[in-house]
Amino acid sequence: MAAVIETIELKKNYGNHEAVRGLNLSVNAGSVCAFLGQNGAGKSSTIKMLLGMIHPTSGGGSIFGHRIDEERESLLIRQKVAFVAEDKRLYDYMSVGQIIHFTRSFFPKWNHALETQLLERFELPPERKIRQLSKGMRTKLALLLGFARGCELLILDEPTEGLDPVAIEDVLQIVVSLAAQGTTVFFSSHQIAEVEQVADHVLMIDHGQLVLNASMYEVQEEYRQIQAVFTDPVEERDLRLPGVERVKIEGHIASFVASRNVDSIVEHVRMLRAGNIDVLPISLKEIFLEKVRARS
Amino acid sequence: MFRKPNPSSGVPIYVQLKEQVRHAIETEALKAGDQLPGIRSLAETLVINPNTVIRVYRELEQEGVLEIRHGIGVFVISRRRSRSRAEEMRDAQHLVHEFVDTLKKQGLAEGEIRRLFEAELAGEIQRR
Repeated sequence: MAAVIETIELKKNYGNHEAVRGLNLSVNAGSVCAFLGQNGAGKSSTIKMLLGMIHPTSGGGSIFGHRIDEERESLLIRQKVAFVAEDKRLYDYMSVGQIIHFTRSFFPKWNHALETQLLERFELPPERKIRQLSKGMRTKLALLLGFARGCELLILDEPTEGLDPVAIEDVLQIVVSLAAQGTTVFFSSHQIAEVEQVADHVLMIDHGQLVLNASMYEVQEEYRQIQAVFTDPVEERDLRLPGVERVKIEGHIASFVASRNVDSIVEHVRMLRAGNIDVLPISLKEIFLEKVRARS
Repeated sequence: MFRKPNPSSGVPIYVQLKEQVRHAIETEALKAGDQLPGIRSLAETLVINPNTVIRVYRELEQEGVLEIRHGIGVFVISRRRSRSRAEEMRDAQHLVHEFVDTLKKQGLAEGEIRRLFEAELAGEIQRR
């Protein structure tokens, strides 16, 4: 599958602060890829670099083969990508109808049917001025403008933040629907449950570095929470095996997350004379907490 | 006809959906020759990734439950076969039930039985 987004050793420093520290990302065409990380992990900086809004300190990347750090190519990127920013900034003096009309004129592949459908579904009043919209309405409008662009790639920075559950479900449904029609979606989110629902790939960053790059399938099939009760005390080093993440030992009980090799890990643990071994599925949320805590 | 899978149940979404399809066929809510929803429409209804639907349909095709006619749709396989399959599954379930019961009486815990089953199946795959 062709990569739509690719970065190589992408770095961004703000003064002494290293916001993004050598990211190697790859997002395949047709994928719904979630981009997770704590606040300040480097998500927004990465997205801004992808769109040419800020310049990388070093390293680089491409979208649809256009280099992100070349001004002229960056312009081509912005024509092909629909981006909905975290702050959902819009022209306050325009009405809902005016900004739709205005935005539409820039995009020859504008999806009129989707525009009509979303105006109705989001209950957006065309006559109302943007400055009079609530935060939720504003977000819905920004999403409408992004979704209807008819672009092959959608980049959404926390698309559902500040929306009520009904609107969130609407947004996720549109994401799913566009993905089914071949649109690639790259979105950052703090809502891990919604990620598990609609994404097929997960990228997780922490302190500017990639800590997880896996398909949802791998996450669900290969990651396991393992807890073993031993007859004799064990040490952390007894459990250093490929696929074993951070080990926590409390007396005779060892618990850890396995990212692969579950069968051989269980076999090894059994040989260490574990009395009882529990192997449980693990949610993306727990993996997230594990990855983030392991580093802090 | 299908319920929205629960993403935080610990059971992968595709497994939940697959079970639902299978259950619908076993209970004859879906009969032989019936057409299943299209990939896009099912993904939209359940608000799940379309690749998840594709995966479920493909796996059920490989298991001889569904038939994917390209460009036309996805159908439940002919009555005779799917019915005998349902019966086979019921018989097998009965056998498993008795077997698990026996093991429990011998003092094995549920987790241990599960591991034995999983180890056996994993060994199967390796031997293939």
